[in-house]
Amino acid sequence: MKLFEYVRAASPEGAAQAAAVDGAKFIAGGTNLLVLMKLQIEAPEKLVDITRLDLNQIDKREDGGLTIGALVPNSDLAADPSVVESYPVLSRALLAGASGQLRNKATTGGNLLQRTRCYYFYDTAAACNKREPGSGCSAIDGFNRILAVLGTSPHCIATHPSDMAVALRALDAVIVTLRTDGDRRRIPIGEFYRLPGDTPQIETALETGELITAIELPAPPAGRHLYRKVRDRASYAFALVSVAGVVSVEDGRMASAALAFGGLAHMPWRDPAVENALIGERPSDAVFAAAADALLRDAKGFGSNDFKIPLARRTLIASLRELTGEA
Amino acid sequence: MQFMINGNRYEAEPDIRTTVLDLLREHLGLTGSKKGCDHGQCGACTVLINGRRVNSCLTLAVMHQDDQITTIEGLGSPEQLHPVQAAFLHHDGYQCGYCTPGQIVSAVGMLDEAAKGWASHVSTDLAEAGLSNSEISERMSGNLCRCAAYPNIIDAIREVAGLGTEVDDVADHMRAQSQKVDS
Repeated sequence: MKLFEYVRAASPEGAAQAAAVDGAKFIAGGTNLLVLMKLQIEAPEKLVDITRLDLNQIDKREDGGLTIGALVPNSDLAADPSVVESYPVLSRALLAGASGQLRNKATTGGNLLQRTRCYYFYDTAAACNKREPGSGCSAIDGFNRILAVLGTSPHCIATHPSDMAVALRALDAVIVTLRTDGDRRRIPIGEFYRLPGDTPQIETALETGELITAIELPAPPAGRHLYRKVRDRASYAFALVSVAGVVSVEDGRMASAALAFGGLAHMPWRDPAVENALIGERPSDAVFAAAADALLRDAKGFGSNDFKIPLARRTLIASLRELTGEA
Repeated sequence: MQFMINGNRYEAEPDIRTTVLDLLREHLGLTGSKKGCDHGQCGACTVLINGRRVNSCLTLAVMHQDDQITTIEGLGSPEQLHPVQAAFLHHDGYQCGYCTPGQIVSAVGMLDEAAKGWASHVSTDLAEAGLSNSEISERMSGNLCRCAAYPNIIDAIREVAGLGTEVDDVADHMRAQSQKVDS
């Protein structure tokens, strides 16, 4: 691990200002960052410890939504009675990720900012445009079974590893931040993540020193909630494919549908064409297949991850059966 | 820097990069917590920080100067074992023993989480989770045992959780299924 300067922040404003220099990083749970620092994939010159900030509350808002402090641990968020009751897709996604120990340490804000688990990102002897811009991508012609089939670029086929973020994408969460100049921003999660393009090292809309202070959830959506995760072992593994879904059925037809996908892309994936194929229709396998066609119309495999395309199709159809089936 | 570990105050001046695990083992002589992978994958380093189980290899000592840290050394003593320690002995919940401190500390934290009503990935009902073999396996999946002593680890945890050791979820489930077919 490279040496760094350590600063413990006393206020969100102080934290943002302390991190307003290149080479600075916030640290909270640290469960991903410390691994990356040990491997020298990340070598921050300055760590700004935000763990003592008062950002660990979950509050109900007047509009019926929730404001989740950025430092709420994943365990607490999954077990929060309001989340269990009104946003079970979020509890389920959190509980499908990591281990008990990691969920106790990992925070809501940090979970959003996990780096990819691409083997070549971690292998400092390999080419990786995300780790070292301009060096190339060893994954495209390499062992890529865990990597992306949607939204890829010739520069990067990494996936985003978070389960929580997939549920938040389905729930239309908003990320609240504090900038170094003291301004606050509210960034819809659909605008928070970026596709790799030719700058895969830039993963989010955050600016230097910009601190995530909270995540806002809109009022709970109507309908049944589901998080279905397909992975190589039954516990403690990243998703090959996952589906976060909230679907309501009225008078035999799907009245609303929110579907987001993990394991397929550089960011939690959501495509209005999938939902448009469902809304107003009676649930049936033919309709579900049309939704899967919409999801995967531009999907592209890279050899060992080709299986993800039929796997995503089957996982979506199975999820929709469960979301719309008899209780 | 000052640390509160197992109710005792310690002073040390480790390099700023030192993890809690390296602080314990290399600076304070508390070698019960083990270093397996050093990347949060194996759970051998599990300690309780402010009562919650975490991977001590994945957090910096400097960040925990005001926290209560409990290691395997602080759970019980050879004369007075913690109930989870006694149950691991009784059920032979180990072979080589390297993962055992982490397993035991993790089990203590896990039982507390279950007592608080926290659900797991395998819980049918998020609001009313209970313990069973599959629940224990899921909740303990952050602790790997290279000797695969898992069946006895589960038995040990079942005993402490008051579930008894004779009943086997899987066997029960299969019996229930065969009865369904029969009737």
